[in-house]
Amino acid sequence: MPSYRMNTFELLESEAVYVIREVAAQFERPVMLFSGGKDSILMSYLARKAFYPGKIPFPLMHIDTGHNFPETIEYRDWWMEQIGAQLIVRSVQDSIDSGRVAEEEGPNPSRNALQTITLLDAIKEFKFDAAMGGARRDEEKARAKERFFSFRDRFGQWDPKNQRPELWYLFNGHKRPGEHFRVFPISNWTELDVWQYIERQEIPMPSLYFSHQREIVRRDGVILARTPFISLTEGERWETSRVRFRTIGDATCTGATESVAVEMADIVNEVAATRVTERGGRADDRRSEAAMEDRKKQGYF
Amino acid sequence: MSIVEKERDLLRFTTAGSVDDGKSTLIGRMLFDSKQIFQDQMDALESASRLRGEEHVNLALLTDGLRAEREQGITIDVAYRYFSTARRKFIIADTPGHEQYTRNMVTGASSADLAIVLIDARNGVLTQSKRHGIIASLLGIPHVVVAVNKMDLVDYSQERYQQIVDEYTDFAQKLNVHDLSFIPISALVGDNVVDAGDNMPWYTGHSLLHLLENVTISADRNLVDFRFPVQYVIRPHQDFRGFAGRVASGTVKTGEEVTILPSLRRSRIKSIHVYDRQVEETFAQQSAVLTLQDEIDVSRGDMIVRSHNLPEVSGEFEAVVCWMDERNQLKTDTQYLLQHTTRTSKVFVDEILYRLDVNTLHREAADSLELNEIGRVKLTSSQPIFFDPYDRNRETGGFVIIDPTDFRTVGAGMIRYTTRETLRELRRERGQDAERPRATNVSWEQGLVSRAEREKRNAHKAVCLWLTGLSGSGKSTIARAVEQQLFADGRQVFRLDGDNVRHGLCADLGFTRDDRSANIRRVGHAAQLLFEAGQVVICSFIAPYAADRDFVRALFPEAAFLEVYVRCDIEVCKQRDPKGLYQKAERGEISGFTGVDDPYEEPANADLVIDTAVLSESDAVARVVAQVTRLL
Repeated sequence: MPSYRMNTFELLESEAVYVIREVAAQFERPVMLFSGGKDSILMSYLARKAFYPGKIPFPLMHIDTGHNFPETIEYRDWWMEQIGAQLIVRSVQDSIDSGRVAEEEGPNPSRNALQTITLLDAIKEFKFDAAMGGARRDEEKARAKERFFSFRDRFGQWDPKNQRPELWYLFNGHKRPGEHFRVFPISNWTELDVWQYIERQEIPMPSLYFSHQREIVRRDGVILARTPFISLTEGERWETSRVRFRTIGDATCTGATESVAVEMADIVNEVAATRVTERGGRADDRRSEAAMEDRKKQGYF
Repeated sequence: MSIVEKERDLLRFTTAGSVDDGKSTLIGRMLFDSKQIFQDQMDALESASRLRGEEHVNLALLTDGLRAEREQGITIDVAYRYFSTARRKFIIADTPGHEQYTRNMVTGASSADLAIVLIDARNGVLTQSKRHGIIASLLGIPHVVVAVNKMDLVDYSQERYQQIVDEYTDFAQKLNVHDLSFIPISALVGDNVVDAGDNMPWYTGHSLLHLLENVTISADRNLVDFRFPVQYVIRPHQDFRGFAGRVASGTVKTGEEVTILPSLRRSRIKSIHVYDRQVEETFAQQSAVLTLQDEIDVSRGDMIVRSHNLPEVSGEFEAVVCWMDERNQLKTDTQYLLQHTTRTSKVFVDEILYRLDVNTLHREAADSLELNEIGRVKLTSSQPIFFDPYDRNRETGGFVIIDPTDFRTVGAGMIRYTTRETLRELRRERGQDAERPRATNVSWEQGLVSRAEREKRNAHKAVCLWLTGLSGSGKSTIARAVEQQLFADGRQVFRLDGDNVRHGLCADLGFTRDDRSANIRRVGHAAQLLFEAGQVVICSFIAPYAADRDFVRALFPEAAFLEVYVRCDIEVCKQRDPKGLYQKAERGEISGFTGVDDPYEEPANADLVIDTAVLSESDAVARVVAQVTRLL
């Protein structure tokens, strides 16, 4: 007699696949955002599963801040071939060049906030009506109340008071012209779930996630990697250390952690034992207690 | 492989309670004690608590997400929290407890396996605590745990705890909750949350976390009725046409015959794919792709079901609806959109039958429903939908109502039953036989221990005692007392009761004539197995049809079967109405109810007739015990 039981990973996987298929079915022009980080790698991997043996019926889009680690772009192009997906790239540099946005001033100009404009422009350009993102509810307090189908008004803004209740497995994606949705298929995964699943499924990951020698600078308790986009301020110096990244995003604000994790199993063990949240390493979240909520209201993912 | 390697399953639970009940503190405590709070979160908590001038770290701040809520100190939406132990991953739907947030509670409850109702030990059972139980019951949450909190503030008094347990247990009789448990805790200090602590030695039960880790949820799923709402069609090339979806309930294997709704076309399952794997069988909650042996037109919104087990198909149905819109009321003359499984149709609310007071369960007449109000309504959809009653299947019995102008989700509903005939009746009209297949080539397996040997050891014979009679006639009361008496007399005795078998053994059956017969047939066989085990089996079932009772009688040796007709005048039964069923039937909320709109065929040859309108309970019990004892 079969037990008909599913473990946590199978349940989370089934749920995410259901949500991704719902997006493909309910929307005319969906897109899946791809940052090159583990969450978007996982999400695109699940999209591949959702439509197998068919192809992923929507494009993936990378909002390129221009502040990338070269490894990210290399991996991105290789991964798209692996999963047979179509990739669109829109860059923040273009938005700056066309005068849509202005670069931040100061020693560590972050383009994290700027990518919101580029994203909204791209959504308009391609008339996307649903954009899937790899955000998870356990990442940050403001995300804990986020829906799977997150409604955005004509200005791309998120109004916490105007979100639709989600009951059972019913996701309401009906909308008026100009309105769109952000959809988060892996909402219910925790960081540890993501890594454990990646380990079990043996999904190849970018080298940045594994321990390596790198030149870094320590700034406000955050370890930042040496890139052309960061210059030292007074009293700071470059040093070499064994580090890895827990999240991968804009190189100017993605913090590294000191680590000797070289195998996937090491990473899982490290994540299981760690006492700091992954966003604890992100400089942009530290700016104020409600930083994430403010950015979300503007249309940030 | 990594160290965190055990197979864990997933429990979704909801917590309802207000800030004052200590709900956020409880969640914070669970996260904290199970080491799910990270250092930077803890640092942020400490600084936030300090800013507020609070002396201790305020664990509640951990779960109050949005800035507006932090400022006002209240939780105003469903927030999801995660933690896991070696055994399970937990998803908490953390909902506010005040009446103005009923819709949030309903949302959080919709997919929960378990509900924690928090009661402040100082305040006892408040209206609010009852409302939380009522919502859990309406939304079909299988397990309810009442956490009696702040025991530290009532000197860990067992007496106080017991008082609350008694009062809530009494209230819960009215609810449709199958598994109710109580735990005395102190979220602040930590007693009985994760570990027992030393303050309540009189409490011998498990801690809250132990219960959450061990409660059995796999049996709550419906694995009987195969329902596959088609989500998306996958067509990579000419030779592959796969129907993608998530199995809402039941199981299906390759080769099985299926029917497509609404076309009623039949085919067989050709192959089943779970992502890149081909499998033989798929089951509830799995996302899968099915292919069929025949070229049939199937698209999103259709449903694939097993041919011998069809859902109800109707454009008219009744439902309990929770209204969630702050702008407009639910009105009967307005058109809405109905989203149900993967289908969206237009819908009208024809009639509001009543509004339910979520604090008392009282029913009131109503012309409209306001935000947070719950009522029972009749609906008509523009196209038929395929459903099961919510009690039996949450996935095919739940729906949302959408405003047709701005598409906001304005309501949620749970289908109670159809006002039209079921598809089964439709099929009968078309001359299609819906009989279930019988097992063939099966013979009774004789063990090495005979019933006679068991009877010898028990020092009495095995007997089946069957009590039949109207609902409210007193069958169950007599059955319970007889069981107790025989047990006290040293007999091996076991009782089967109508309500109990319908939770599991016969949970897939309704109250149509066919289903009632199937119910009695199964109970008869279950009784026969217990009889073979040497038991005195007491069965109390309405069993309204003579043919079914004859079927059961034929399963037993003549000298080992005793049919007792518990007779009682229908008017007396209606007056007693212990479960309020006659009232419901007379209002038309239950159809096919024995004695109201379905016949009870009186037994002509009962071995014993007990008239409970005349006899006292003890006299009735004494007569039955005497008669049974003669057969032992």
